[in-house]
Amino acid sequence: MAVTHDDVRHIAELARLGVSPERLDDLVRELNGILMHMEVLAQVDTGAGEDESPPFDRPPASTPLRADSSGPIPMLLPLESFAPSTRDGFIIVPRLASHDDPIESAP
Amino acid sequence: MSAADFPTLTADMIAARVRDGTTSPADIVRASFARARGVGAGRDQLNIILWSDENAALEEAEVLATQIAGAATGGVLSGVPIAVKDNIATLGLPTTCASKILAGYVSPYEATAVTRLREEGAIIVGKTNCDEFAMGSSTENSAYGPTRNPVDIRRVPGGSSGGSAAAVAAGIVPIALGSETGGSVRQPAAFCGIVGAKPTYGRISRYGLVAFASSLDHISAFARNVDDAALALEVMAGVDPRDSTSVDVPVPSYREQFVSRATVPQPLTGVTIGVPREYFPEQLDAGIRHYCDRALDYLRELGATVRDVSLPHTSLAIPCYYIIAPAEASSNLARFEGVRYGPRAASADGLRGMYEANRSAGFGPEVTRRVLLGTYVLSAGYYDAYYKKAQEVRKLITRDFTNVFADGVDVLFTPTTPTTAFPIGSISDPYEMYLSDIFTATANLAGVPGMSMPIGRADNLPVGGQLLADHFDEPAMFRVAYALEQALGEEAHR
Amino acid sequence: MSTDVYEMVVGLEVHVQLKTTSKAFCGCSANFGASPNANTCPVCLALPGALPVLNAEAVTLATRAALALGCKINETSIFARKNYFYPDLPKGFQISQYDRPLATGGGLAITTGNGEEKVIGITRLHMEEDAGKSIHDRYPGITAIDLNRAGVPLVEIVSEPHISSAAEAGTYLRTLRQVLQYLDVSDVSMEEGSLRVDANVSARRKGETRLGTKTEVKNMNSFSGVERALTFEFARQCELLDRGERVSQQTLLWDAAKGEARISRSKEESHDYRYFPEPDLGPLILDKEWIASIKASIPELPPARKKRIAADFKLTPEEIEQLTANPVVAEYFETVARATNDGKAAANWLMGEVQAALNSRGGDLSEFSVRPADLAQLINMIRDGLVSHAAAKRVFAAMVESGQPPAQIAHEQGLLKVGDDAALAGWIDEVLAEHPEESGRYLAGERKLQGVLVGFVMKKSGGRADPKRVNQLLASRAAGG
Repeated sequence: MAVTHDDVRHIAELARLGVSPERLDDLVRELNGILMHMEVLAQVDTGAGEDESPPFDRPPASTPLRADSSGPIPMLLPLESFAPSTRDGFIIVPRLASHDDPIESAP
Repeated sequence: MSAADFPTLTADMIAARVRDGTTSPADIVRASFARARGVGAGRDQLNIILWSDENAALEEAEVLATQIAGAATGGVLSGVPIAVKDNIATLGLPTTCASKILAGYVSPYEATAVTRLREEGAIIVGKTNCDEFAMGSSTENSAYGPTRNPVDIRRVPGGSSGGSAAAVAAGIVPIALGSETGGSVRQPAAFCGIVGAKPTYGRISRYGLVAFASSLDHISAFARNVDDAALALEVMAGVDPRDSTSVDVPVPSYREQFVSRATVPQPLTGVTIGVPREYFPEQLDAGIRHYCDRALDYLRELGATVRDVSLPHTSLAIPCYYIIAPAEASSNLARFEGVRYGPRAASADGLRGMYEANRSAGFGPEVTRRVLLGTYVLSAGYYDAYYKKAQEVRKLITRDFTNVFADGVDVLFTPTTPTTAFPIGSISDPYEMYLSDIFTATANLAGVPGMSMPIGRADNLPVGGQLLADHFDEPAMFRVAYALEQALGEEAHR
Repeated sequence: MSTDVYEMVVGLEVHVQLKTTSKAFCGCSANFGASPNANTCPVCLALPGALPVLNAEAVTLATRAALALGCKINETSIFARKNYFYPDLPKGFQISQYDRPLATGGGLAITTGNGEEKVIGITRLHMEEDAGKSIHDRYPGITAIDLNRAGVPLVEIVSEPHISSAAEAGTYLRTLRQVLQYLDVSDVSMEEGSLRVDANVSARRKGETRLGTKTEVKNMNSFSGVERALTFEFARQCELLDRGERVSQQTLLWDAAKGEARISRSKEESHDYRYFPEPDLGPLILDKEWIASIKASIPELPPARKKRIAADFKLTPEEIEQLTANPVVAEYFETVARATNDGKAAANWLMGEVQAALNSRGGDLSEFSVRPADLAQLINMIRDGLVSHAAAKRVFAAMVESGQPPAQIAHEQGLLKVGDDAALAGWIDEVLAEHPEESGRYLAGERKLQGVLVGFVMKKSGGRADPKRVNQLLASRAAGG
């Protein structure tokens, strides 16, 4: 499966990575070079196994559960000390470029 | 303690002297900083240490001294200076992952592994250089420039934990923390001629390790000798309620089976060492092969049985790794956009523009490449063929190990790397760089513990021998390593 | 009208905040109303190196909801990352469930407009975390982010496209809300944001079995808003189809003020969420016994409860609705009704005196000083003739103050009915003497004054006289002299 320029533009957009036109050619070449080596996996017969995750030598354990009353993890520095822009306790970002809608959060 | 003494002291020796008052923690800290200056660890020379604060470290030393004076016993790492890879959260010193996107970021919390070391009296003296976000095998991908190998400053120290490896190799600290995702501690250990040990996955908490690939990341340790490496891992090991992937298995002593050469001449009697043929391909570098063969001879002399085995899916490790790791990384690195921390690039293009400006300015070329690759293999239409398939192949690689260990093998022995340390700037093809991990990535994929130890020098460059053991069988791995280290003695560095 | 030719097909996705103390993946408070970003920590801020740990209570509440909705619980379910960028989504992904959700295949029975029962299928229920809040209009030109809500546990309940009208959608939502209230798993308040609804709506010719193209409608803030939005969108689609045009798959945002839905401009491209299993969490593995114990702990749900009360007691539908609106009231009512075998009396006291007492004193029925068993005793005492209605009211007032049982109070305060003829005769004599005009006329034959005189006797006796006996004694005096 060869990666095209359009593919790279699309995934750069998905990943919010601005890729300059100069870099695009190099990236297409590099990614195709890398992906070529992955083709070998397609030929491997992995059989029909159940879902497993490491470590594989014992029955899977459930993800650990935490008590509801466990209390917050303390931070030794306040948010304002590392957030680039805050105001009245809120974290501030530029408005969405196409924004007009009063929706509170996305998808 | 003279300046020449300091680099020869093991962690046990330092802790003993600090506990019994022979040496003050402040003197140890000063010796470490003096050593760093002496070898040129700074940004304009070997570029080993990115961030350090001698005054803050001395203050901690004073606090420690007061505690020890008042207490019945001191910690097992009392006064031991430790350097920490820049992708592990520490208090006070920045945690930037050697990336511009985290320039100046100081974590408001500390990694569990670091807390455990400090609870035993260790003092963090610096954050070390690494490949950006731990992505690389040479430490050339750091936003702050490459680290130079103290053994030969024209060469790389390996990566991604090159700075921590160099810190130990240069005698600045007896123990340094690194992290592994594909071999980023064992490979630099081999390149720098020191010990580098990775525990079983889930053995040491990842809370506070900036995630690269969550199912492959392991906090690991460098040391000048096996004993210190085992000690460091033992102190950090154990379940952590803050890491859902940390495993609740009791931590045994990693050092109690260490036997001195004087008392038992053949301490490895009854131990079976497996030699997987896939790790000794025909084209393996002759120098590396020579020292591996010599190490195996020593192991036989120590009483071990050496046996040929096969790990048939080894050749699939790199393709498998280079799908899973970038995929998880592309998701783990999505949080870096300049909203809640890190510098924020100015952008006139609203929110979307801000994200792109921050991320393209903040990430270097290797990180960009891997995030794109990872996004691609997870994207609609490709998930089954790439990510899902790679996870299935991963199970085959893991089963190779399980089968071999179930079949009477205690520990596997292999070369750690296909080459010795290469010159800075000599590898530009990304995939060729990835092949550095060819012997180490399997242990990250399978989650088995592994370590590298020096076994000789080829053309004056260190050669590393790798030991791999079954899940949670660090004691077996360390026991064999200790015996081999004792047998090799100074031969390890010749 | 074109809407007669077509039928509406609706599926609803409801997001419900679970009422846990802490968030889904960290110990921060999940409570509403704190100052911005006060309830945050390295995990929900997505600081480098932080990791999620699952809240046990969220699992319990989600499982309870799923079982109550008739779903099958997957003993092993998998968390997955849903990857997208938005400023109130700190990690750049939401921890959700995708291929293997907590529960599948349930249903919710509703009563339609014409009184029939219809089951709306539930495709799945899965667990996920909430995002923070992006506030666009607080400061000009910028967006303010509050991450207090980021990480609060949610369940997403997806219905099958079985809803066929706006009214049915409203009924489904009201019924679902009541069930979730009964289970005490959520505050389910659309105003507070603990219940959110997205609708998928399409139109097709009546009789057609294939589904038309659906659009997604979001941003409704009330159940009636949902109904209005569906009505609007259905009409819009019908109009398009009538003109021979096709409905395009889009996301629309409801504008309640304007009464219209318009295309969302923030959905610039279709999202590729790149789901993959969350590597920082293992699978959620629940054991059969635990699931069974959760099932056993589910209280009787409103539909069944209403049926039962209607069968056992003579009450109007409105009364039944009021008495079962809330599980605490329903429980109180039933205890009293069964102990007295008088649903009507229990209903009257609950909706009358008890409600009045709660209104004036404040507080909740769950903490009310009068226990249901005691109220039942009082009602029985009235029925058995041990106290009069008037005296009972005084006894009740004392019960509210002291929390003591009625028999004890009535005895201590001497409010037990007096049926002793001598005592009654004494009071009657006094009343006749004190009211010569009325008594004169009564004894002369004006029977209608009997009630007034009985009233005087009741008052003189402090409510203790047995009114029935007083009536008899007065009548015999009038008759015989």
